[in-house]
Formats: sequence, structure tokens, C-alpha cells
Amino acid sequence: MSEASKTTRSGGGSNEDRGIDYRGLALNLCGLVAGIAIGWVLTAGGAVGLPPPPQVASRFIDLIANGQLATDIMSSLARVMTGFLLGVILAIPVGFVMGWYKVARSLIEPYLQFFRMIPPLAIIPLAIVTMGIDETPKVFVIFLASFLASVVATYQGVISVDKTMINAARVLGAKDMTIFLRVIIPASTPFILVGVRIGLGSAWATLVAAELIAAQTGLGFRMQQAQLYYDLPTIFVSLITIGLLGLAMDRILLVIERRLTVWQERV
Amino acid sequence: MPPRIAPKIVFDKVTRRFDLKDNAFVALDRLSLDIADGEFVTVVGPSGCGKSTALNIAAGLLKPSEGTVLVDGKAVEGPGPERGMIFQQYALFPWLTVRQNVEFGLRIKGEEASRRRQIAERFIDLVGLGDFADALPKTLSGGMKQRCAIARAYAVDPSILLMDEPFGALDALTRVQLQDQLLDTWSRERRTVMFITHDVDEAVYLANRVIVMAARPGRLKEIIDVGLPYPRTEEIRLSVEFMSIRNRVWQAVYHQ
Ligand SMILES: Nc1ncnc2c1ncn2[C@@H]1O[C@H](COP(=O)(O)OP(=O)(O)OP(=O)(O)O)[C@@H](O)[C@H]1O
Ligand SMILES: [Mg+2]
Repeated sequence: MSEASKTTRSGGGSNEDRGIDYRGLALNLCGLVAGIAIGWVLTAGGAVGLPPPPQVASRFIDLIANGQLATDIMSSLARVMTGFLLGVILAIPVGFVMGWYKVARSLIEPYLQFFRMIPPLAIIPLAIVTMGIDETPKVFVIFLASFLASVVATYQGVISVDKTMINAARVLGAKDMTIFLRVIIPASTPFILVGVRIGLGSAWATLVAAELIAAQTGLGFRMQQAQLYYDLPTIFVSLITIGLLGLAMDRILLVIERRLTVWQERV
Repeated sequence: MPPRIAPKIVFDKVTRRFDLKDNAFVALDRLSLDIADGEFVTVVGPSGCGKSTALNIAAGLLKPSEGTVLVDGKAVEGPGPERGMIFQQYALFPWLTVRQNVEFGLRIKGEEASRRRQIAERFIDLVGLGDFADALPKTLSGGMKQRCAIARAYAVDPSILLMDEPFGALDALTRVQLQDQLLDTWSRERRTVMFITHDVDEAVYLANRVIVMAARPGRLKEIIDVGLPYPRTEEIRLSVEFMSIRNRVWQAVYHQ
């Protein structure tokens, strides 16, 4: 037909999705450099009592060289990944069941809404008393944080699937199982991935706080040790590492999310 | 003219109520209507008069409170692939390409891959989307999306097409193109079509008969025979006969 002009043809993602915004990146970089420069100037005279950037950088090098940073990173990442993966793996099926069966939703929802209001950190004293002070309570708290974030997103995703789309599948002959596998799951994927990202964010935040309270290794623990000795450079190294790792994990999930949802119309 | 054999679709005193907080709202009140095999009927009426309700009941997506809809003499129990449906909002699966959308129903039917592809190809070409078979819906215009939805419905070879304001969201030109394309396919394959529209011109241009409904409660008001020959053309659209039927329908709809 007349609309079939080749110019509008485009098989996959459109250009806005793929293109790199160089101007934006350059500005990001400028802001970063400016920020460090200002920090340098402010701390040079010891004015604000904080370590100047070179001191932090050399501590970074020390901690990398003696392997302590790597150890801390590994133990923090191991905890966060265990808790996070367990949380997400449980949250997705529970979210689907809640979205699909009204009865399940009504049964589970009060608990969910209630626990969502309790900051995961507030569970720590209870977790320590009941689970001891080894890895279990920390992983549990992270698990809880990521579970709660992802389960809500998943079931919101399921209940917001366009009814017309479900009806379209029905009139094409689809039964419940097919609708679930071929419509509900793909249609709610964007929501789930957002939930997973939020879950990872809160898992990471919770982890660091959990390590401040009870741990023998980890980035949070290292900071707390440093605090005892007024070791500001180490605190900065830990803070920067925590931020960078969190950012890296978030970006990785963002890339995965984009990959899995290229079909979405973005406005 | 509809042949006088057993009707394809029978609405038999179909009533549908919706429970509201304090009372039951009657969306459709004892609708009785026969649609002949191969007939093209359009349904017009003010907003809220129960057009979509009637169509959804025929599709098996909604249960009547009273009465039955018979298709080929059998009561409708649920949706079935012999009744294809086209929605105003296209309802394509956005994560599937045009081809995969069209193959969706075939896959459920259990057609094997090569056959699926062959059938899908045919209907994608039929609606003029050959160059876009591997495109995602988000890259298509509204008209192209609706053509994809039409191809998807045709692919499972329904004997009935239920269409709920399918061209309502399209611009005037695309609308006319799709009307002609629909009539062209219909006159060759003679599926029974029940087509809801807000547009009186469209209703008259397409139909053997125009069903006019009234609101509060939603009910049948009048059935108007169009009686113009097919193929319908530009001349027919501009003819005096067309105008007079159009005016009759208009009167029936807007002076209730
Ligand atoms: N699920 C529902 N719950 C309650 N009321 C409903 C529901 N679906 C439809 N109705 C009511 O039934 C009446 C008929 O609705 P229907 O969608 O069939 O109208 P329509 O003729 O298709 O209107 P339109 O031209 O605006 O699409 C409306 O007043 C609507 O508010
Ligand atoms: Mg409607």
C-alpha cells in the first residue's frame, strides 16, 4: 500500500535508543573534573578538615596493593549478590502468583504492605538475635530488602497488563497457560526489571549499613574500623568504592533492561 | 441481499447488567438480532449504548446476564478462533514483530513453523505490510498497526470478524483505504462481519444493513437496509441514494 515508503522502514530499535549523546557525556566529565578541583581547593588548606584528593588516591593505591580492598569488595559483593539473587528469584514467582490470582493477592498483600513500611535495617537486631552474627543475618536483611522491592514491582506489572491484549490473545485461541507464558510474562518484563533494579539499589544500601553493625570484613566494616582511628582517607576510599560499585551494577542492569525491552515505545 | 438460510449469528434476547455500588446498570436490554452468513452489518449508536458490550458477548469475552448468542446454531461459551476480533487500540503484542504477531494464533493452533510462515506471509502481503514483516509494532504508523492486527485475525481463518471501531483512531485518508481493503477482502472471502463504528458514513458505506442502537438502556432501535450494490465505489459514496440512506441513519442515531 501507499504507506510502504522505504524511508520509514526500520527493523529494530530506533536511532534515539542507540546513539551516544557526546555533548551530554562531555558535560558529565566537566562536572566531575570541576567537582574534584573544587574539593581539592577546599581541602588543600585543611579548611574543612577533609583529606585532599591526592591523599585519598594514594590510600586507594595502598589498599589495592595490599589486597585489602579486593578482599573487602569480594566479601561485600558476595553478600549482596547472594541476598539479592535469592530475593529476586523468590520475588518474581510470588509477584506473578499475586498478580494472577486475586485470592493469593488478598492473602499476601497485608504482609507485604506491612513489611514494606519497616526499613530493612530495623530488622537487623531481630536478625542478629535469631540468626547469630555470621553471614546469615546480613544476607537475610539484603534478601528481604530486594525481595520486597521486586515483588511489588512484579505484581504491579502483572496487574497492569493491558486487558485488551489479553483479550486479543484469547480470541486467537489462547488458554490461560499460553496467556501467562506468552502475554503476561513478556508484557510485565519492563516492570519486573525496574523492580529488580530498585531491589539491587536497596540491597546495596542495606548491605553497607548491615556491615557497619556487625561484620569482620567488607567495605562497610572497613569504614567503621577507619572511623575508630580517624582514618579519613580510608573512609573516602570505601565511600567512593561503594558508590562506584553500586553505579556499575546499576548500569549493568540498565543495559540488560534496555536489551530486553527494545520493543517498548519510549517517549 | 442476505440469503434466507440459517443465520450465522443470533442474538436471542441478550441482556447484560453491570453491578454498580447501589444498583444494577443495564448496559444491554434484550437485544435480538440475526446476522446472515456472509453478511456485513455495521452497528452505530450513541456512546454507552452497549455496542461493545454486544460485540464482546458475541466474542465470548463477556457473559450475558440473560439470553444467549448462537453462532452456527451453538451457544457461545467463550472465545474461539472461528470468531476473529479487531480492536480500536490494535492490541498488537509490542514485543513481537509483525510476522510473529500474525503467527501468534497459528502457533496456538499448532501449525508447524514452515506452514505458519507461509500463511503469515500471505496475509502480511494481503494487507500490504510485506516490507515490514520483521519490524516491531512501535515502528509502525496507526494504520499499519491496524493492518497488522487485521492480518493477525485473518491468519487463523475465522468465519466471523468482530470489529470494534477498528478505524476510529485513524486519519480520514487511511480510514478510506482500509475500508476499501476490508470490503475487497470481504467480497472475495465472504466472512460474516459485525463492525462497530461512530461514523455514519462508514456504517453506510460498508454494510448490507446498519444496526442502530439507543442508549439507557442499551437496546436495538432500528435496522436500516442499505441495498446499495457492491463493489462500493467513490461514485456510490457521492450518490444521492447513499446520501439519503446516510441521512436516515443519522436521523435514527441522533434524534432519539
Ligand atoms: N465492566 C463494566 N463495568 C461497569 N459498567 C460497564 C462495564 N463495561 C461497560 N459498562 C457500561 O455499559 C455501558 C455500555 O458500554 P459499552 O462499552 O458497550 O458502550 P459502547 O456503545 O461501546 O460505547 P462507546 O461508543 O463509547 O464505545 C456503558 O454505560 C458503560 O459505562
Ligand atoms: Mg465501545
